[in-house]
Amino acid sequence: MTGPTAAAAAGPILAVRDLRVQISGRRGTVRAVDGVSLDVVRGEALGLVGESGSGKSMTLRAILGVLPPDARVTSGQILLDGADLVPLSQSALNRIRGPKIAMIFQEPMSALNPVMRVGHQIAEGPRVHLGYSRSKAAERALDLMRRVGIPDPERRFRAYPHEFSGGMRQRVMIAMALSCDPEIILCDEPTTALDVTIQDQILRLLARLCRESDVSLIFVTHDLPVVAQICQRVAVMYGGQIIEHGDTRDILLDPRHPYTLGLVRSAPDVEQVRESLVPIPGSPPSLVSPPPGCRFHPRCSFAEEDCRVMPTPLRLLPGGRSTACLHYERCAEALAAEQVTP
Amino acid sequence: MGRMTFVVHRILMLVPVAIGVTIIVFFMIHLIPGDPARTILGIHATPRAVAILHRQWGLNQPLVSQYWLFMDRLVHGNLGQSLFYGAPAASLILTRVPATLWLVGYAAVLAIVISVPLAMIAASRKDGIRDHLVRAIPLLGLGMPSFWLGILLIYALAINTHLFPVSGYGTGFGGHLHAMFLPALTVAIALAPVVIRSLRASMLNVLGAEYITTARAKGVPARRLFARHVLRNAVIPAVTVLGINIGFLIGGTVVIENVFAIPGIGQLMINSILQRDFPVVQGVTLVFGVLVVLVNLLADLSYAALDPRVRFDR
Repeated sequence: MTGPTAAAAAGPILAVRDLRVQISGRRGTVRAVDGVSLDVVRGEALGLVGESGSGKSMTLRAILGVLPPDARVTSGQILLDGADLVPLSQSALNRIRGPKIAMIFQEPMSALNPVMRVGHQIAEGPRVHLGYSRSKAAERALDLMRRVGIPDPERRFRAYPHEFSGGMRQRVMIAMALSCDPEIILCDEPTTALDVTIQDQILRLLARLCRESDVSLIFVTHDLPVVAQICQRVAVMYGGQIIEHGDTRDILLDPRHPYTLGLVRSAPDVEQVRESLVPIPGSPPSLVSPPPGCRFHPRCSFAEEDCRVMPTPLRLLPGGRSTACLHYERCAEALAAEQVTP
Repeated sequence: MGRMTFVVHRILMLVPVAIGVTIIVFFMIHLIPGDPARTILGIHATPRAVAILHRQWGLNQPLVSQYWLFMDRLVHGNLGQSLFYGAPAASLILTRVPATLWLVGYAAVLAIVISVPLAMIAASRKDGIRDHLVRAIPLLGLGMPSFWLGILLIYALAINTHLFPVSGYGTGFGGHLHAMFLPALTVAIALAPVVIRSLRASMLNVLGAEYITTARAKGVPARRLFARHVLRNAVIPAVTVLGINIGFLIGGTVVIENVFAIPGIGQLMINSILQRDFPVVQGVTLVFGVLVVLVNLLADLSYAALDPRVRFDR
């Protein structure tokens, strides 16, 4: 599913190829990520959206090599600047995590070490990776705290995470992620735990910092307006697979997969106020024994006989977008019908 | 409330506990049925000796004034005259306190030295073979009576190999370190299983925490990850467990000091009980009580020092 956009010209910083992650559990093996491929170009923000359990967080963790103990990558490649990360040992990965890839987590409270001073947590990366002395690393941390907008950094340096507000903690996380000038930052729902006003501040901050330092982002969220605000491209995940992918505008305004259509319809949209929100019927598929054919067919109102049996790989559509839906034109028809009868 | 206020507050809270200890110690002799003087002096005591003791201790006065008398002497550092040694009980006890403190402190350090790496090994792979071994084998130490374990250690490491002396306290810091190794090890082996389990549990807890994933995401190498992130968080709950158990262990030194002939207050206690030297028994009990209270205070203070989230506004 290589997007033939700018990726082909510049060459992607990160390329994931047919990634599969399995979690062995008591009730069987969960195929949490089932053949995901994606590309990220320098300076670009890629959105990864989907319901809880669609495999988006697992994909991020697999890229960084911080999967939970019972999960493992069973096949596929994670190419960072062309080099595969999958076969690397943890100690080899440690040299990449920080200076090449960094991550921002959903819950800044639990993601910060409660007994370590905030400044030291930010300074740790430069100490470990850039070989900075204690004082030089502290200076770097103060500088980063200023850049992410933490007021009074000299005093806040010695504070502990519990002395910060949620928004300030997330700024600390961002400062930590930036501390070794990575090429790509993986964001795992970084604004979900925050108030809407703070959420907006953090998004603007992230967008600005990425512009300034040419960092790429993979931005995992289930919040479509957030995607619209920050991402140039978006990939929609369902049941451990990417089911639609393309430019953010195209995907959100003119979806070509009934699941994306469902997501757009069930999201409160400020720009296009709809009469009522339409929930997607049913619940996400079991990833132990996923339904045959299209994984979305049991919940899909457009489903036909072939959806139940045919494999549904991503297909390239005009305009550089792709979809896994066999009957994607139905989405366009449904949208057109909706706009006629408001 | 600031940290200093917390410390002062916590120390002031010791006063009622200490008074409670003195009340229990004072009433010990009165819990034994019959005339305390006869209990102390034995059945062959002459009426004259009994009468002298009655007058000396004010045994013919009401209990409240007896307690007052006892407290009055206590605050002046007077625990009474030893009936057997003929010396003041207080000085007898004070000369022996260092040996006991040495034993307790040494044992606590050894217990930590044993527990931290073992807990680490166990927690590194939960439910693995090493985890089961680390959880099972130290239980032997918990189950074995300490006098028996002490004798085994003497047999193996002192009599057979001459690595350590069979008994005694040694002289000088190095001497103490060498001579007290076996008794301290005996105590530590009994203490370690509890500490290992508590540390292992809190390490597993910490290893599953999101901030450990954050640290790994930062590329923190394994050794630094363990020292800076895992251990620091995992010791916090373990400190309380260690504190409570050192409290228990202070009572346990009575047995160990006798097995290893260490001139501490535990040995003094046994000798004085056998001699019916009641003022000394009373004094040692008091010192034991105060030590337990102080160890708990120390555990509380280190807890507050280790965890910045502890709030002092209680």
